[in-house]
Amino acid sequence: MGIADMTAVELSAAVRAGQITAVQAVEEILTCIEERDALYNCYVTVDREGALAQAKEVQAKIEAGHLTGPLAGVPVAVKDNLCTKGLRTTCASRMLGNFVPTYTAEAVTNLRKAGAVILGKTNMDEFAMGSTTETSAYGVTRNPWNREHVPGGSSGGSAAAVAAGECICALGSDTGGSIRQPAAFCGTVGMKPTYGTVSRYGLIAYGSSLDQIGPLTKDVRDCAAVLEAIASHDVKDSTSLQRQDTDFMSALTEDVQGMRIGIPDDYLGEGLDEDVRAAVLKAAEELAGRGAVVERFDLSLVEYAIPAYYTIAAAEASSNLERFDGIKYGYRTGNDAGLHSMYRKSRAEGFGEEVKRRIMLGSFVLSSGYYDAYYLKALQVKALIKKAFDEAFAKYDVILGPVAPTTAPKLGESLADPLKMYLGDIYTIAVNLAGLPGISLPCGKDRKGLPIGLQLIGDCFQEKKLIRAAYTYERSRGPFGTAGGAGHGTAADERAQADAGSFRTSGEGQVSQCGMLWQGGKSGRPVSEQSTEGTDRTNRTGGIPS
Amino acid sequence: MANIISDETIAYVGVLAQLELSEEEREQARSDMSRMLAYIDKMGELDTTGVEPMSHVFPVQNVFREDVVTNEDMREQILLNAPEERDGMFVAPRTFE
Amino acid sequence: MSKQYETVIGLEVHVELATKTKIFCGCSTAFGAAPNTQTCPVCTGMPGSLPVLNRQVLEYAIAVGLATNCDITRYAKFDRKNYFYPDNPQNYQISQLYLPICRNGGVEIETEEGGRKMVGIHEIHMEEDAGKLLHDAWEDCSLVDYNRSGVPLIEIVSEPDMRSAEEVIAYLEKLRLLIQYLGASDCKLQEGSMRADVNLSVRKAGTEQFGTRTEMKNLNSFKAISRAIAGETERQIDLIESGEKVVQETRRWDDVKGESYAMRSKEDAQDYRYFPDPDLTPVVVSDEMLQKIRAAQPEFRNEKMRRYREEFRLPDYDIEIITESRHMADLFEAATAICGQPKKVSNWLMGETLRLMKEKETDAQDLCFSPEHLAKLIRLTDEKVITGAVAKEVFEVMFAENVDPERYVEEKGLKSVNDEGALQKTVAEVIAANPQSVEDYRNGKEKAIGFLVGQTMKAMKGKADPAAVNRILKEACRK
Repeated sequence: MGIADMTAVELSAAVRAGQITAVQAVEEILTCIEERDALYNCYVTVDREGALAQAKEVQAKIEAGHLTGPLAGVPVAVKDNLCTKGLRTTCASRMLGNFVPTYTAEAVTNLRKAGAVILGKTNMDEFAMGSTTETSAYGVTRNPWNREHVPGGSSGGSAAAVAAGECICALGSDTGGSIRQPAAFCGTVGMKPTYGTVSRYGLIAYGSSLDQIGPLTKDVRDCAAVLEAIASHDVKDSTSLQRQDTDFMSALTEDVQGMRIGIPDDYLGEGLDEDVRAAVLKAAEELAGRGAVVERFDLSLVEYAIPAYYTIAAAEASSNLERFDGIKYGYRTGNDAGLHSMYRKSRAEGFGEEVKRRIMLGSFVLSSGYYDAYYLKALQVKALIKKAFDEAFAKYDVILGPVAPTTAPKLGESLADPLKMYLGDIYTIAVNLAGLPGISLPCGKDRKGLPIGLQLIGDCFQEKKLIRAAYTYERSRGPFGTAGGAGHGTAADERAQADAGSFRTSGEGQVSQCGMLWQGGKSGRPVSEQSTEGTDRTNRTGGIPS
Repeated sequence: MANIISDETIAYVGVLAQLELSEEEREQARSDMSRMLAYIDKMGELDTTGVEPMSHVFPVQNVFREDVVTNEDMREQILLNAPEERDGMFVAPRTFE
Repeated sequence: MSKQYETVIGLEVHVELATKTKIFCGCSTAFGAAPNTQTCPVCTGMPGSLPVLNRQVLEYAIAVGLATNCDITRYAKFDRKNYFYPDNPQNYQISQLYLPICRNGGVEIETEEGGRKMVGIHEIHMEEDAGKLLHDAWEDCSLVDYNRSGVPLIEIVSEPDMRSAEEVIAYLEKLRLLIQYLGASDCKLQEGSMRADVNLSVRKAGTEQFGTRTEMKNLNSFKAISRAIAGETERQIDLIESGEKVVQETRRWDDVKGESYAMRSKEDAQDYRYFPDPDLTPVVVSDEMLQKIRAAQPEFRNEKMRRYREEFRLPDYDIEIITESRHMADLFEAATAICGQPKKVSNWLMGETLRLMKEKETDAQDLCFSPEHLAKLIRLTDEKVITGAVAKEVFEVMFAENVDPERYVEEKGLKSVNDEGALQKTVAEVIAANPQSVEDYRNGKEKAIGFLVGQTMKAMKGKADPAAVNRILKEACRK
């Protein structure tokens, strides 16, 4: 099995057992990035030297017995809105094209303490505003399952990097679904924890009251491991919570006996793709078959979540992004006539269209005369939505539904109509408004072979219930397959498959060092990349024997 | 309420947000915002009388730091990303007429 | 003409709190550091940085609220005030609009006529200060220093209850005294740790409705405030008399020119888009917290004056001066506790201390000598280790650099000379050098002895006991 196919837990076990060194692991994944990233554009910045230096350090600590956890020696990717000291952090914006932070986000610091090695910074929608990773100033990221499709967003680079084997696992941020939705579109696991579980210090804010950092991984076990590592009470973040129950890996048990699961009718209503609907309901059946009590119910207010969300997020964003003014850091126009002209030109030239759209909307809803009608109203709607969830969680342990109404749309389809794109967030957004945890994991593929995501939502602080349900479903589901095609399952699949008593067939065609199929595979990924990328990928990787 | 988005409103919001908009962009912004607000106005259907606006989801309160100096001189780092710097200070266009 | 008009004034007073660190980060607030050496990602608005409230800021704000008879808001929040300016690193200021920490208070002032009047306090809120802009005249640009950015302020907003510059000054003096007594700020107008913006309107005497008001900024002294009030009152009356309208605007006072001008900018819409700051949690003031702060409130001036009269039996004038500053009062009480001689301590404060304060332009808050040293100086004089003249000389050094008087007297050899032989010798020399004066004394001119004592003291460099010199001189002259 190639390193790129391993989960974090498996890889760190191999590193700690001395079968592989952390440096070898990092080198291998760097090679994968080199080979594949021109296809997908997952990364904005790859920190080759930094990663190798970290790997050496980590290896020494592992050998000295100082690092014993499940992330020791694991190469990870970090979304480019998380500050990394000495490593460019762009938020995928022209505005921060040269920004090198002098401090590191707490979540990243926690990952490094656990022995993870930071490979680089992943692409995203500019300032996390978008659902497709197409608003990046550094090019679109493509979906490893089908390059004609988007990876989702805004953490699209992180999700695609995990799916493409360009990292073992990754961090993303979720303001309205930005971890869960790309995880679903890329066939990976993604989790947004309870608000306040992971420190926001060093996360470049979009909607401060909604933003949470979380993991994107290959399986539920890795998801629990990463979340356990990054969750911490941080005195630098006033909204950070003190929790005693962050031993999330302890919840990795196959047990949903008697678990009450509710499916909101509104989550299966109009606009939901038939394939998605069928896959989600099949997953629910699967859980019922394992002893869960599954019911449909009326959550209500779902249709009000999007208006409330966009009001609150845009308002907070308009204020959060005021600091980008060309004086202290970031882009500054070369062509100003005085202070205000400098502000306006720098911001007009530095920000992309979607960011400007939301800043305008946010400035408007906060402006004199409209504050009560929009912003205050949205906060009231938020209170009602929270109440609706409270009532639901009095009856159910977990709420189950789709992550998004469809699978990954084609490139360019969403940008034409922003409002339509916003509507795609309908199932994920309420979770952020209510501060709840939510997990997304693959539950099938549509007729085009694109992954479908299952969403499980828990009451606040109930991540363990989510992990338990997700883990149970994942084991029951069996292997999901990878973006690389039928012959290139992840380790998790291998395990699941072994459990299921079946064996997969070996792949066809040439296999690179990373165990990734580059030619002749059965995936929908076009083989002839030259036309779009201008470089001959096949030649570059083809010569390396596995 | 969506009809409130006049050219003047767009110009005004442009000033608040400090964004220079071309004629075209202004027109686009007007149409985008009108559509968006028409959609957001859906909230108006909900009766929220007596509902306390919720800015924080959890009742976390009284998060303090003690009054102890913890930071040392980090001027060099603070100025590291400055587009322009002089004498240990950031340079801005003249603010005084 | 102005007799027909009444001036209506409300104040917005910003007070810089005496915390060691900034309101939302661990940077020092010490004055006078090199530009940007007291800054961090939080107070320079770096992306990803987050604010955490300094507990001391809240406690000072509540203490000031209690001292000014305010209601303390039990559930307070911080809001963002959004506006673009280079001294404001986030381009929003964290302040309080919707739920400020204190409301509905007031302080009593004495009016010119000797009466008493209540000036209402609408609210007190906490906020962060902005950075400093320096204007580079040569390069046509501004330089930004964020050392002051994030320094904690409270803004005390009065009701429009004042009617004259005198009332305004009385109100400010009262606030200053209360806040200094609390130790919450040194309240120095010149250094900007207390700043007052004047909201002023005029109306025909006898009318109920307020006129249109203007806000005046950049007032750095009581004198400037008085002049600005007079100037703005006149300007508004002139406008009304000539049929024009007063425009609601912010004006900047130029104290050198003695006039103000509008600070208008077409590029600024005055729409601050306040909303609750999602990065900060609400402040909930418990009974316990309030009780603790209330218990720690100091004895304020009025109570202190009453106690000084009873306990120390000092003249009213002394009490008035000493209690005008908390630091002076603390000095007095501490020195008195050590030496047990309130009148002597008071004499030092009322005499030499005030004289030197005037001469060196020192604020009472900045007196550096310790009460222990003052008490020691009094003991040295009482025990005749030094003479009164030497004591004054030593005090001057104490005033400048808080030296230990005992050690100083020792080192400089300033002890009184009580050696009879040395005195006799000097007296003999003085008599020999001044035969005329000796003659005059012998002829009954009593005054002449004074001159001879002076000459002897001078020769002894002030270290002799004047009584002893007098006695020996008289004996010698009779010989």
